[in-house]
Amino acid sequence: MLPVSYYIYLSLALFIIGVIGVLTRRNVIIILMSIELILNAVNINLMAFSRMWGSVDGQIFAIFIITDAAAEAAVGLGIIIAFFRNRPTVLADEMDLLKW
Amino acid sequence: MMLDSILFYFFAVLAVGSAILMVTRRNAVHSAVFLISTLLATAGIFLQLQAEFLFVVQIILYVGGIMVLFVFVIMLVNLDVAVRQMKFNRQSWVAGLLALVLGGLAIVVFRSGGGAFNLMASPVTTMPPNAEQVGTVLFQKYFLPFEIASILLLVAMIGAVVMAKRKI
Amino acid sequence: MPFGITFDDIRPFIAPVIYALVIVAVLPLMAGYIVLLERKVMAHMQARMGPMRVGPHGLLQPIADAVKLLLKEDITPKNADALMFWLAPLLSVTMALLAYAALPFGPAFQIADLDVGLLFILAISSLGIYGIVLGGWASNSHYSLLGALRSAAQLVSYETAAGLALVSGLLLGGTLSMKGLVEAQDQQGVWFIFIAPFSFFIYLIASIAETNRAPFDLPEAESELVAGYMTEYSGFRWSLYFLAEYANMIVVSGIAVTLYLGGWMRPLSAVHMHIFGLPYELLDLLPALIFFGLAAWCSKLALRQGEQIQKLVMFLFVGMFLVLGAVMAWSLTSPSLMPGIHGAFWFIVKVLVYLYGFLWFRFTFPRYRFDQLMKLGWQFLIPLALVNLVMIGIAIVLVQQSGWPLAIAMIAANVVTLIVAFWLVRQGDKPMIAVLPAEDELPDVGPGEIR
Repeated sequence: MLPVSYYIYLSLALFIIGVIGVLTRRNVIIILMSIELILNAVNINLMAFSRMWGSVDGQIFAIFIITDAAAEAAVGLGIIIAFFRNRPTVLADEMDLLKW
Repeated sequence: MMLDSILFYFFAVLAVGSAILMVTRRNAVHSAVFLISTLLATAGIFLQLQAEFLFVVQIILYVGGIMVLFVFVIMLVNLDVAVRQMKFNRQSWVAGLLALVLGGLAIVVFRSGGGAFNLMASPVTTMPPNAEQVGTVLFQKYFLPFEIASILLLVAMIGAVVMAKRKI
Repeated sequence: MPFGITFDDIRPFIAPVIYALVIVAVLPLMAGYIVLLERKVMAHMQARMGPMRVGPHGLLQPIADAVKLLLKEDITPKNADALMFWLAPLLSVTMALLAYAALPFGPAFQIADLDVGLLFILAISSLGIYGIVLGGWASNSHYSLLGALRSAAQLVSYETAAGLALVSGLLLGGTLSMKGLVEAQDQQGVWFIFIAPFSFFIYLIASIAETNRAPFDLPEAESELVAGYMTEYSGFRWSLYFLAEYANMIVVSGIAVTLYLGGWMRPLSAVHMHIFGLPYELLDLLPALIFFGLAAWCSKLALRQGEQIQKLVMFLFVGMFLVLGAVMAWSLTSPSLMPGIHGAFWFIVKVLVYLYGFLWFRFTFPRYRFDQLMKLGWQFLIPLALVNLVMIGIAIVLVQQSGWPLAIAMIAANVVTLIVAFWLVRQGDKPMIAVLPAEDELPDVGPGEIR
C-alpha cells in the first residue's frame, strides 16, 4: 500500500471538484451527479484508512454510504421528474416558483 | 510496490481527469458518461487497496444501478434548448474561488496536524479475504445499521414511486 | 531491464496474457460459427437446409459475412452524438469480452481466479447495459431510443432475478470464486442442478432475457422496432454489437455450466470404475469414444455425399475427429495433462449443450410482448427466486446444524418452492382489473396545479 497521504490528496481533489460542480453548475442533474462525486471522494478516504489500520469497519461504512447514495439519488431524481412535469426546465435558477 | 504505484497513478489520473471533464460538459449525457468513468476509476482504487468485495459492490450498485437511473432520467428530461444556454451560474467565479480556498485550508490542516495520528505506521501487508470479512462483521457487529439501511431503502423506494406518479 | 523490473515481476502475468490473447483471437471466429450453427439448426428445425452455398455445406458462410461487414459503408446519422455513437458498441463488446477473465475453462485454464469471480461477472454484465442505452440514445432516432430503453429495462429487471438465482447456488458452494464452486461440486459429488433445480430454472430464463434472445428479443426483433438500438449502426459497428451479443451468450452459458452443471468435471465424477486393473477410469474414455463415434458417423455420411468437394470435406472432418480422439485417449496416460485437456473438453461440451438450448428456445417459443415480459420478470421470477433462496438457506442450515440428510432437506425445500411457483403462476393468470373512479367524480383542479 502507498502512504496514506496519497489517498487523502486524491480524495481531497475529487471532493473539491465535486464541490465546485455543486456550486457552479445550473443543470440540476449535474448538481446531483457532483454530490455523488463528493460521496465517492469520502469513500476513497474511508477505504484508505480501513486498509491502513487493517480493520474492515471503514469498508462497512463505505457500503452504507453507497446504499445511502442510491436512496438519495432515487428520491432526488423523482423530485426532478415531478418538477419537470410542472415546469419544463432542469436549470436550478429557473426553479423559482416560491420566490416573491 | 511498483505495481501498486502504477495502478494508483493510473486510476488517480483517470478519476481526477474524468471528474474535471464531468463538471465542465454542456451535455448532461456526456457528464454522466464521465461520472461513470470516475466511478470505475474509484472502483479500481478500491481494488488496489485489496478490497475486492467493495470493488465489485461499487460497480454493481453505483455504476450498474445508480448511473443507469441517472442516464434514464437525463434521457427523459432532455431538452434541446438547454444545450445552447450557459452552463455556469452567476456565482460561479466566487464559488470556484471559495472551493479552492476550502481545498487549501484542508491541505494546511492536514499538513500541520498530520502528527496527530501515526500516519507512517506500516499498514497491514496482507488482508484476509475481503468478502468473508465484510460479511462476518456486517452481520454480527453492524446488524442494526444493516436493518436500518434496509428500512431506508424501503422508504426511498416508496418516496420515489410517489414522487414520480402523475396522480397520487 | 529498465525501471528495475526483473523477469520475476513479469512472470505471473505471462500465462494470463497468453490466455487472454487466445480468447480474444478465437472468440470472433467462434461467435461466427455459432451463428452458422444457429442458422443450420433453425433450418433443420424448419425442415429445410440452412446456408449451403458458401463453401461446402455453408461452412465458409461466417467468413463471407465477416468480409461483407468489414467492407460495408460506415454511416453516421447526421445529428447523432459522435462521441456516444462511437463509444456505445465499444462498451458493449469490451464488457462482453472482459467477462471471460473469470470463466474457468478448465482446472488450469483460467485467466484470473478472482476471490469474487462470480460477482465480478455479474458486475460486468450490469455494465453491458450502457452499450445498449447509449447506442440507442446516440442514434437520434425514435426506433433506436425506444428499443434501447425497453432493452435496458428488460436487462435490469432480469439481472435481479439472475443474481438471486446465482446467490442460491452460491450458498451451496460456499465460495464466490468460480474455481472454488466447481471444486465444491467435486467435493460434494453431485452437480448443483440436482440439489437446486429451481435455481437453474430461474437462471436459465433470466439468462435468456439478459442476452436479449428469443423469446425475450422484443428490443431487437425485426418485425417490431426495425432493429431496436442497432438500427442506425452499419458495417463494423454493427458487427461489434453482434459479437457482443454472442459473446454474452457464451458467458452466461459458462456461468450456468460452472455453477450448476459441474464446470469442467466429467459426468459421474464420483464414480471410479477402473478398467480391468489399469489405473485409468472407464468413464474417462468417454471423450475419446465420443470423438471416434463422430468420426465413424462422418465417414458413413461421407460415402453418401453427392459431390467430390463435399466428400473431401467430410473426410477432413473424419480426420479431425480421429486426431482429437487420439489426443483424448493419449492424454489419459499423462496425469499432468489429463485434467486440463479433459476439463476443457467437458466444459466446451456442456457450454455447447446449453447454447443448443438457447437456439432451441429461439425457434420454438413465440415472442413475449413487453408488458408480459416485465410481468414475468417482476411478478414471477423475482418472488420465486426469493422464496427459493430462503428455502435453500433453510435446507442448508438444517443439513449443517441439525444433521438432516441432504436429500430429504433439499427435496422438502424444492417441493415448497414448487408449490409457491404454481401459486405465482395462478396469480399471474388473474386479470388485473383496476377500479378507477369515474371521470366526473374526481375533484376539480385549478389552473397550474398538478392533479
